[in-house]
Amino acid sequence: MDIVLQQLVNGLTLGSVYGLIAIGYTMVYGIIGMINFAHGDVYMVSAYITAIVVALLSYFGIESFPIIIVGTLFVTIAITGAYGWAIEQIAYRPLRNSSRLAALISAIGMSLILQNYVQISQGARQQGIPNLLSGAIRIDIGDGFVQLTYMKLLILLVAFVSMGVLTYIIQKTKLGRMCRATQQDPKMASILGINTDRIISIVFVIGASMAAVAGVLITIDYGAFDFYVGFIIGIKAFTAAVLGGIGSLPGAMLGGLILGISESLFAGLISSDYKDVFSFSLLVIILIFRPSGLLGKPEVEKV
Amino acid sequence: MSHTIIKKSLLSMAITGAIAVSSFAQAELVIGVAGPHTGAYAAFGEQLWRGAAKAAEDINAAGGVNGEMIKVVKADDACEPKQAVSIANRLVDSDGAVAVVGHFCSSSTIPASEIYADAGVLMVTPASTNPTVTDRGLENVFRVCGRDDQQGDVAASYIVGELGAQRVAILHDKDTYGKGLADATKRTLNSYGVEEVLYEGLTRGEKDFNAVITKIRSVDADVVYFGGLHSEAGPLVRQLREQGSTAIFISGDGIVSDEFVSVAGSPEYVDGVLMTFGADPTAYAAGKTVVEGFRTSGYEPEGYTLYSYTAMQVIVEALKNNDLDPIKGAEWLKSNSVSTAMGVKDFDSKGDLEVSDYVMYKWDNKGKYAQID
Repeated sequence: MDIVLQQLVNGLTLGSVYGLIAIGYTMVYGIIGMINFAHGDVYMVSAYITAIVVALLSYFGIESFPIIIVGTLFVTIAITGAYGWAIEQIAYRPLRNSSRLAALISAIGMSLILQNYVQISQGARQQGIPNLLSGAIRIDIGDGFVQLTYMKLLILLVAFVSMGVLTYIIQKTKLGRMCRATQQDPKMASILGINTDRIISIVFVIGASMAAVAGVLITIDYGAFDFYVGFIIGIKAFTAAVLGGIGSLPGAMLGGLILGISESLFAGLISSDYKDVFSFSLLVIILIFRPSGLLGKPEVEKV
Repeated sequence: MSHTIIKKSLLSMAITGAIAVSSFAQAELVIGVAGPHTGAYAAFGEQLWRGAAKAAEDINAAGGVNGEMIKVVKADDACEPKQAVSIANRLVDSDGAVAVVGHFCSSSTIPASEIYADAGVLMVTPASTNPTVTDRGLENVFRVCGRDDQQGDVAASYIVGELGAQRVAILHDKDTYGKGLADATKRTLNSYGVEEVLYEGLTRGEKDFNAVITKIRSVDADVVYFGGLHSEAGPLVRQLREQGSTAIFISGDGIVSDEFVSVAGSPEYVDGVLMTFGADPTAYAAGKTVVEGFRTSGYEPEGYTLYSYTAMQVIVEALKNNDLDPIKGAEWLKSNSVSTAMGVKDFDSKGDLEVSDYVMYKWDNKGKYAQID
């Protein structure tokens, strides 16, 4: 019993992180109909920025954890957001009217550039940051126990708050309305006076910011990262986005949670050897039986 | 997937570019130093490079090899088999290497060694411990470290004899080295009548191992044996402690790097971690001056640095006594002793050391490791 509960806790925290990163894939797809293959590497960049900010803060003698986490979140989101903006400017905007394949390839190129640029500038070694927040909540259940570290609790909290805020922005604000309008029909939206180019930039920035939130939390929690961490987690988050229905914001969050939890349960109760095989089989099954994902709407040919 | 393919082709383009530049060296004796100089395992590549480069420097300062100066060439396999093959070809074809120190990862050493065998290049690996490296009977392959079956024996007898553990969980990273080591340990454990309570693989490059750790808790393991490298061992041991498990963590020589501590987060997590590794190489009398030499140049010869130094010495001895012919040198090594910074080394007909010297080390709460017993 305690083991299943512990796996649910593991899966929930992992899944909330997948969800955060999946938002970047799903929003970009929603608005320009393309997969941003550099998104996993944006997450990786945010891990490095996190470590640099944490190091700077400690250099200036700041020890208090709340200040460190809030400061790191703000700075990392700002810089990573700028990366998201720059990627759109460099890799997508000049190719807005070319074939989809061209933009796809330039995104892959962007991903390689980011990886190699970080590898050259920061070194190829594994990096680590020291443990900043220790301690855990331990709940005894019968013979066993469920352990939830404060850091994991914080991950859940920040992830759900960020998702909530983002949902509010998209559903209730003027900016969100413009995003949704651009997503539905870019030409019409631009005729009605929406600067669609700017909206597309903003969507890239939002996606990168959400990846930055994940990057800060995960980097501080696991402590270890290298220039290649974006690859695996990027593919998983992409899977989550497709699972939930690519283009759908709640879908990305739901997909992330489902993927995280089912992966943990599978690894914990059956076999961790085949954990990734399981995740991607899940993706294939969903694509066969529900090609538009769990919450995605089937595409209707506009006449 | 296309992601990786494109990365590979870009890399090989970069390598092709490098060929044009590096094909000038002629009058010197070219010796390759192959290993993961970039990538997640670059810490080990650095150990290999430092050791081999210092050995070449010392040998050149003493007059070179039969009057020829050694030129060391860095070759980066990033611990990827495919890249290992391509740089092995480069070393042989365009750099004209007569011998190679390396590689590090067994999964790279095995395919690369076949290219060296075809080209008649002598290869001495300082660190590849998988049995297959020498079991294939290639005449040019040697190693100055032990074998995983020997390492597994030491770990398993320690687990059963010293720790008296009955509930052992075995994890590995699905790589040639990691799985080989885990299998060797498992085999010896089973021969002592201890059946492992868990045997599983995890994915290299991943950082979240919470699910498998919960599983370790569920089988109530006293000891966790991990076959793999520090980049996974660090997060693994940290998350193990964070989930409240007090199981003893044991691994092999894949974690013998300061980076194990930094990747784990802080020294408190590695406190008490056990590790099998060759007997302290810095303690050999012959190596004292070498170790001093490293320290005066501001480098602490940790992990495989001295092994790499030794590998270079073995190569040079073989070449020196056989008119710089690598294949004759290989033949010669099988029947002659070589005196190195790590003592006198004798090789058997397969290229393995006659005597291996695995012992148990323990990490402390300062993040340092020391030999126990």
